[in-house]
Amino acid sequence: MQEDMIHKIKSNPKYHELVSKRSKFAWIMAILMLVVYYAFILTIAYDKPLLATPLWEGATMTIGIPVGVAVIVFAFALTGIYIQRANAVFDKLTREIKEEVL
Amino acid sequence: MSFWKRAFPTILLMLIAGSAFAAGGDLGAVKKSAVNIPAIIMFVVFVAATLGITYWAAQRTKTAKDFYAAGGGITGFQNGLAIAGDYMSAASFLGISGLVFLNGYDGLIFSVGWLVGWPIIMFLIAEQLRNLGKYTYADVVSYRFERVPMRTLAATAALIVVILYLIGQMVGAGKLIQVLFGLDYVYAVIIVGVLIIMYVTFGGMLATTWVQIIKAGLLLFGATIIAFGALYLASDGSMSPERMFQKAVEVHPKHGAIMGPGALVSSPIESISLGLALMFGTAGLPHILMRFFTVGNAIEARKSVFYATGWIGYFYILTFLMGFGAIVLLTGHPEFADPSAVGGIKGGQNMAAVNLAAAVGGNALLGFISAVAFATILAVVSGLTLAGASAISHDLYANVWAHGNVDEQHEVRVSKIATVVLGIIAIFLGIAFEKQNIAYLVALTFSVAASANFPILLMSIYYGKMTTRGALIGGWLGLISATVLVIIGPTVWTEILKMGDPIFPLKYPALFSMSIAFLGIWIGSMLDGSERAKKEHEAFIAQDVRCQTGIGAEGAASH
Repeated sequence: MQEDMIHKIKSNPKYHELVSKRSKFAWIMAILMLVVYYAFILTIAYDKPLLATPLWEGATMTIGIPVGVAVIVFAFALTGIYIQRANAVFDKLTREIKEEVL
Repeated sequence: MSFWKRAFPTILLMLIAGSAFAAGGDLGAVKKSAVNIPAIIMFVVFVAATLGITYWAAQRTKTAKDFYAAGGGITGFQNGLAIAGDYMSAASFLGISGLVFLNGYDGLIFSVGWLVGWPIIMFLIAEQLRNLGKYTYADVVSYRFERVPMRTLAATAALIVVILYLIGQMVGAGKLIQVLFGLDYVYAVIIVGVLIIMYVTFGGMLATTWVQIIKAGLLLFGATIIAFGALYLASDGSMSPERMFQKAVEVHPKHGAIMGPGALVSSPIESISLGLALMFGTAGLPHILMRFFTVGNAIEARKSVFYATGWIGYFYILTFLMGFGAIVLLTGHPEFADPSAVGGIKGGQNMAAVNLAAAVGGNALLGFISAVAFATILAVVSGLTLAGASAISHDLYANVWAHGNVDEQHEVRVSKIATVVLGIIAIFLGIAFEKQNIAYLVALTFSVAASANFPILLMSIYYGKMTTRGALIGGWLGLISATVLVIIGPTVWTEILKMGDPIFPLKYPALFSMSIAFLGIWIGSMLDGSERAKKEHEAFIAQDVRCQTGIGAEGAASH
């Protein structure tokens, strides 16, 4: 890529909007995933009986099972949310930047 | 090229004849060991179909981009299935359902750890990788750095991960085929080696991807039938998981303990370290990273992670159901019992899913799932071999040895030779490790991937102040520390070498080795005041613009 092209993109306000919006969103989502996962695994490390508590009186199913499945579903949901926002916001900005500089 | 075209049909015929012979040779033993004919028929059909695909792919594989990246023409949905297929290896299909069968809830902890790496890959590296790279992840980590040392580091780390992963897959393959088809171990390992050499040398990434997609579809289909069939039978037709869990608790030797976390995760430090290895190890597996170059652009790369996460998550829920179904339907049933094996079932705990298939759908389903399990190994080993061959041809040969001055066709030829060599090495490793305890391989593979490959990849994308020196220091330290800490840790030092108490207390050292790698990168870069370092800081601007916008990124092939 040529020097002047890079300069043109760098000085485009939409480029800065894209970079700051996307990195903020991506890191928030990544941290969210880490927090949920570590909440799960540290609960296992510190308080095993909590996850082994029956889901209701007399149940064999424990709290741990819906919680584990929920972490899996949550991970998938996060990727879906990211795609939604990327399609609606980031791709639009990228397209606009390309139209303006190319 | 014409040599390959001429050789292909001949080898194809020899191979089909060989498989048929192997099958025929087996038939005599069927009466005694109940090796089933449907399994062999379905396996031969699968092999014939995949060789057909390979022939089709060989016609379309002409350029280096075709060979390494399937021409960049794979869609996000297809790639998502292929990535899921890479991830749903025989180890995770048989291993996790076996772990659930043996310990109940603990199996789910592994599944969750392996899954949550995917969103992180999507948010932080998938699109960036696609925008910056061409064929291998080393393209990205050497983008603005000194070519020779960075490629050497990245390719070495990639090859180590590939070889470690290969050993596990080959040994697993040999044992699995032995149990399922009654074939001799050595013969089984050789069949796997020969088939993957054919897929990869003739069909390149296009064949490798489609073999993986087909297998992923078959595996998801088979696992769905087994899991829900088992749920139906184990819950007396009510489809109620609660009913299945009740019966599982009654018959399992550990009773109620299988419904909650057990001994897998003990200390908080151990659990944090295990989580890091599982999560970020995935983001450092070269055969998975390579798949991001097979799609047309960053949007498709992102889409592939979405589909992959969905399929893998669904698959893990199935393995959990299968494990519990196996507890109910196999325990105490004499036709599946083998008191001498782990878990008291035929073939040991890892055969829980396979035995369960027989319990749910009789011989036909058993045959189907056996063939799929073998297909799984073929597909995963093909991907690994291609990733290893690319590290040799694209990184070490073309960029390090020839300094980028190499004709594309020549590079592809080197890649094909490397594939053949790696295939042969895989066969030998499979044979050499037959009787070895390979339990440490998972810990080692994921720790090295998380500590050497992942930090330099992440930092080269995000850390503008990184320099060649910092990356080299951090990368090599991560690689060495992960390896050494696994060796002096509980799995190798105590269990395998029998040297007494481990020097390093954790099975998964990722928490420490990853910290060492990141610190090494940071300190090494900070203290680097060289002229080269200044140029590298400046080059980050151009890299970041391409990374963020995709302008200048490798496009998809026109055909």
